Amino acid sequence: MYGVPQIQRGEDMAILVNKTTRVIIQGITGREGMVRAQLMKDYGTVLVAGVTPGRGGQDVYGIPVFDSVAQAWEKAGPIDAAVIFVPAALVKNAALEAIEAGVKLLVIVPDRVPIHDVLEIAARAGERGARFVGPNTLGLVSPGQAVLGMIGGRAERAREWFKPGPVGVSSRSGGMTSAISYYLTCAGVGQSTIIHVGGDAIVGLSHPEVMELFEQDPETKLAVMFGEIGTTQEERVADLMEAGKFTKPLIAYIGGKAAKSGTRFSHAGAIVEGSRGSYETKVRRLREAGAHVVESISEIPRKAAELLG
Amino acid sequence: MARLFEYQSKTLLKQGGIPVPEGGVASTSEEARRIAEKIGRPVVLKIQVWVTGRAKLGGIKFAATPAEAEEKASQLLGMKVGNFVVDKVLVEEKLTIKAEYFAGLVLDDGLKQPLLVFSPAGGTGIEEIARLHPEKVAQQPIDVLRGFSEYEARNMVIQAGIGGNTLVKLADLFTRLYRVVRSSDARSAEINPLVLTEDGAVFAADCHIVVDDYAVFRHPELGIEVAREFDRPPTELEKIAYRVEEKDYRGTFYFFQMVENVAEAEKYIGFHGAGGGGSMMSMDAVLRRGFKLANYCDTSGNPPASKVYRAAKIILSQPGIKGYFASGSGVASQEQYHSARGFVKAFNEENLSIPAVIRLGGNFEEKAIEILQAYLKGIPGAVEGYGRDDSPEFCASRLEELVAKSPTLSHEVNPVIEPSIPTIAYVFDTLTGRLSIDHGKCAACKTKGCIEACAAKILKLEEGKPVLAMPVEDVRRGKCTECLACEIFCTFHEQDAIVIHLPIPGLKEYREKIIAGGGDG
Repeated sequence: MYGVPQIQRGEDMAILVNKTTRVIIQGITGREGMVRAQLMKDYGTVLVAGVTPGRGGQDVYGIPVFDSVAQAWEKAGPIDAAVIFVPAALVKNAALEAIEAGVKLLVIVPDRVPIHDVLEIAARAGERGARFVGPNTLGLVSPGQAVLGMIGGRAERAREWFKPGPVGVSSRSGGMTSAISYYLTCAGVGQSTIIHVGGDAIVGLSHPEVMELFEQDPETKLAVMFGEIGTTQEERVADLMEAGKFTKPLIAYIGGKAAKSGTRFSHAGAIVEGSRGSYETKVRRLREAGAHVVESISEIPRKAAELLG
Repeated sequence: MARLFEYQSKTLLKQGGIPVPEGGVASTSEEARRIAEKIGRPVVLKIQVWVTGRAKLGGIKFAATPAEAEEKASQLLGMKVGNFVVDKVLVEEKLTIKAEYFAGLVLDDGLKQPLLVFSPAGGTGIEEIARLHPEKVAQQPIDVLRGFSEYEARNMVIQAGIGGNTLVKLADLFTRLYRVVRSSDARSAEINPLVLTEDGAVFAADCHIVVDDYAVFRHPELGIEVAREFDRPPTELEKIAYRVEEKDYRGTFYFFQMVENVAEAEKYIGFHGAGGGGSMMSMDAVLRRGFKLANYCDTSGNPPASKVYRAAKIILSQPGIKGYFASGSGVASQEQYHSARGFVKAFNEENLSIPAVIRLGGNFEEKAIEILQAYLKGIPGAVEGYGRDDSPEFCASRLEELVAKSPTLSHEVNPVIEPSIPTIAYVFDTLTGRLSIDHGKCAACKTKGCIEACAAKILKLEEGKPVLAMPVEDVRRGKCTECLACEIFCTFHEQDAIVIHLPIPGLKEYREKIIAGGGDG
């Protein structure tokens, strides 16, 4: 949507990240940063550098650490993607730094990032033609190629759980991102790219934007979406389908059916969103648009196998 | 979400230069009278609770004199509305209303921008008006980098067909409202009604602001005790849990108490999920088996063992539960043995007697299940560990079978016992606790296995005793990940020399109250 050129790609199927994507980790010397650096490196992600201000000159698993993103770019070469593992209060600064340095894809892993910080990151990213996944995301993986973030946890597990194939997976729940993909793998159905869009109210790439990317990817034949109550993401996917901008088969599951609907305290929210956001509306809109809405997770692999023939 | 009361919201507006009616908040009827005296004109009294439609509930009253204000306040204070008891009323000058507008600011997830909404027809029924006459509602997205200009605000008002002095006043108010939203990290702010008085002034007659939970740390001035969305005041146990979460940024911990007094005749269980989607799926599975939840808890985002431990201790502060069910998505990215160790420490300390089913599917689940099996053999309650290929339904049915074996058995709450630390022990602080090693016992230790058990490699041997291999300051800042591996190893395989004390402020007193209250909780 920001008119970003597609990432460089070979014949490998995937969106956003593949085996040539050059990646840095911001906050590489922290608790999470270190463990997930190992995951990414072992999986085969092209991890060119880490950034932790004040720790320049050190290394983590042989990955050189720099004091700033600009320095990393200068010394380690061009950077396609930055994965951010810094405390929530420091995320905005880290993200703006990466955007300013020219990085076009950010993966913001931390939870509890203030929402106004997210808006500011979104605005700056829009200006500079960058995109971001998260916050509050496990990240994404293009099976067999590269992982960004912490999805899979360890490389050997990520290799076991996720296999290359024709299904694009997009989910608002981190755990369910892995669970759905693992159950697809168990059913012999591989995945092109698996993405946890993040659990927050406002995220960088939301379901409809991911679906547009899956639409452009010739190797993605089918998409699976795990939606949840709240926000307008799933309704906007239905809008896309009706507008002919997403034409591939879509299997959707909406979580939160049993959740009691909270009292709406914001009239303004209700005026803007109308009935959007509720379980019923999401299911109805997706079905109207032609999506296959399933009632239980276990139906997903079956349905996917059936649709792929 | 952290909702502010009307009087708090209006304080923020006033600080931002937005006109609000003269008045003050009263907790007693005498205070209400004094405020009314100071105003010196007829007043309106409004209950301060988080409900909508207060007028219909009888929560808004008018008074012509201070004496009448006192009388009306005494009727309102103590009134029960939903799950709230009214303990504050806002006493304000009564406005002479010429027109009622609506103004609201929300953060739009599709646009990823703040959106100002204005309707010249405000007051009650605004949602209905907007639905029937969408053309009357002006919407203006705001560019957060450029800010919100007066001319943009004026264009909105002009579009709504308002001119003259009111146009200028409203536009000024809107730009100020946006600044209030930004400076208070609000997720939404709405003024309804936004009143135009007979003498041409505009006032925010009612206002609701919701502050972003994740930004509450920037706003100590707001005095938000529990930044969570509740339809009732938070319980004591929820406040204890929230303080744990507030002080530990690693992973997340959410605790919601479904009932305060568990009826022992019913099949209540402690529920401990991991991750929103997986928790909901797991919750559905136990509910289908006829269980009821005493609480809803979610520890996720790679929480350290210490956080899972504290969550379990808080869940086990509710007497009368018949079982403990822990289950997440089943395919977790994080190393599941951390959670397993948290359960081991908590369940051993509690000497858990009720059955527990722990579904720890995900990375290193085999090791996690092994930890549960190896170190929870000594407690009376049966603990079963499962992995990603065991469905929530299957795990729920296991719990059902275990509970059915001794249907009358229910959890009893133990007093919190502070660990005794020998005076000569080697002691250092971790991020949220204190670790002590009784070096006197280390001489008899053959394996020195604590060194290897420590995943973060913070320990080294010195004269046959484990000591820190790095500055104590680094350890306190988080180099010790509180994984509990050294303590568990030492307790079960060696000399029981290591004790990790992970305090939970307020829990000791809470449990004392529960125990003193007996079955009545």
